Amino acid sequence: MSGRTTRCTTGRVPKTRVGRPDAMAAQPDATTIEPVQEEPGGDRWVLNFGPQHPATHGTLHLKLELDGERIVRCVPEIGYLHCGFEKLGEHLDYNQYVVVTDRMNYLSPAANNLAWHTACEKLFGIEPTPRCKALRTIFAELARVLDHLLCVGAAALDVGAMTAFVYGFNEREIIYDLFEEACGARFTTSLSRVGGLFRDIPPEWPGHVKENLPRLERCVDELERLLVANRIFVERTRGIGVIGRDDAINWSLTGPVARASGVKRDLRKDEPYLCFAENWDGRGSPAIPFKVPIAHGGDSYARFLVRLEEMRQSLNIIRLLIDDIPPGSVNVSPDEKVGLPDKREVYFSIEGLIHHFEQVMTNRGFTPPLGEAYGAMETANGELGFYIVSDGGRCPYRVRCRPPSLMNYQVFPVLIEGHQISDIVVVLGSLNIIAGELDR
Amino acid sequence: MAETNSQPDWPVAVERLRARFGDIDFAPSESVAGDGKPRGQVVVRVPADRLVEVMRFLHDDPECGFDMLVDVTCVDYLNYPNATDRFGVTYSLLSLRHNRRLWVKCFVNDPDPEVPSMTGIWKGADWPEREVYDLFGIRFAGHPDLRRIMTWEGFGSHPLRKDYPLRGLGERENYPVYDRTSA
Repeated sequence: MSGRTTRCTTGRVPKTRVGRPDAMAAQPDATTIEPVQEEPGGDRWVLNFGPQHPATHGTLHLKLELDGERIVRCVPEIGYLHCGFEKLGEHLDYNQYVVVTDRMNYLSPAANNLAWHTACEKLFGIEPTPRCKALRTIFAELARVLDHLLCVGAAALDVGAMTAFVYGFNEREIIYDLFEEACGARFTTSLSRVGGLFRDIPPEWPGHVKENLPRLERCVDELERLLVANRIFVERTRGIGVIGRDDAINWSLTGPVARASGVKRDLRKDEPYLCFAENWDGRGSPAIPFKVPIAHGGDSYARFLVRLEEMRQSLNIIRLLIDDIPPGSVNVSPDEKVGLPDKREVYFSIEGLIHHFEQVMTNRGFTPPLGEAYGAMETANGELGFYIVSDGGRCPYRVRCRPPSLMNYQVFPVLIEGHQISDIVVVLGSLNIIAGELDR
Repeated sequence: MAETNSQPDWPVAVERLRARFGDIDFAPSESVAGDGKPRGQVVVRVPADRLVEVMRFLHDDPECGFDMLVDVTCVDYLNYPNATDRFGVTYSLLSLRHNRRLWVKCFVNDPDPEVPSMTGIWKGADWPEREVYDLFGIRFAGHPDLRRIMTWEGFGSHPLRKDYPLRGLGERENYPVYDRTSA
């Protein structure tokens, strides 16, 4: 780690941070957690925070037991946005489900699409084409920037710095426009299919991405100048919501939250996929180089620093890839029996027509092997994995989404105990909890 | 699964488990993709009454070193071809030190599906176990806060079970209505 690797040290770290050291002690029969009482008695009082609170950025509900303004206990209640996405997955086929994944992390829908089809392709045993891999990598990194821009901006908004939010949100429009040009939708992209993409990009698209990269880079610089040395922002975030490295691992944290606590884990490096793997195009190309920013503070400030640096790295990855996207098809050969054949083949050859109908008829469709597969991608919030069990039918037998938001949010009571009410929005913002993904 | 046992090189963790717990049949299996290549995903089976000691060994043993519990989930094998047990509680483990994964399955059956909770070993098991309890109705013995998490208290069913219909059992139509007089 050198060069731009982020290192941050925090000044004001509470000595014992975990409010209930014994409540979750490491023994199989841990003591039962008492529910929050309506009238706790003494000086303590109970406040319901959410689920309709603007600062929670979603339908989150916290039951807080307070001593004055200090939080003694916090019990999150989730599930307000539960839509049964996993149940739906058992009734939709491998391409139809991609529409549902858009609705999970709605800050970076493209990353969810790609994670879903990474898992599907692992199940089917398909290797995407080099062109598809390059485009998917670019889409995934654009989605990461899209997510981080809002996360950093909204966190600044929550501590009163409206400017940074508007700066970030304004530049997100560029990325939305790029997605619109590439796949026709700004927000719910649904851009991938099993073994490829919905469609190839228009020829001028890489040029447009390249034109806009300096603007996005400038935006990251501006955000950094606005926030990193901003005394109000630093005072509000430094030392707030601290979690150490070992606790972060034990609590199953992934993504920027874990990396801000010094956990060196990035699936792009540790389980390389797409263009992050060596020889990704079959012609000996090396893996796309990038650096994994690590911070050691473990507090909200460190999480913002990691996110800022990740945006730079992502933009750099796009810059490295955008000039020479390999030529060829974005979809795997029709012989793999997963994608629809080219329209010319459908209209002008009997084999193509048969193949097309085999794919779209409800009693035919996909024929995956019996078994199960887990595929994961490093998305903006952490490890987004899909665990698919197949019984050989056209729809999965069981779909499990391993949502980073759920795993990152369960540590929230530990992070917030002992802090003030006004710190809630800071810690929530730094964890970047997305209710759609949290509740599914 | 029996024929896959002859496969020569299981990961270190499986060998360590076999050396330590000679009396358990772990029945390791590796899922194979459509092109015949293994996916590198090794699943071991552990009976529910031995789960805690096996998991603690996997967590503490330096050569296994599974320090992160990535996920806890469950599969209802009610209509699955050739399945003998109904619920397969699936633990997805990750060793950051060795950069390896392992999946542990624990099969339980009606009428009282129960497995021990892993919250004593990995605190991150808290919410995923609550989710499995909520959506599958599997009890996690020793869980500190085993309440429904996605559906509401009083929701009678477990929606991810295979015998629960996609459109529900009428929960969206039949619910108590509170008006001004009764509230």
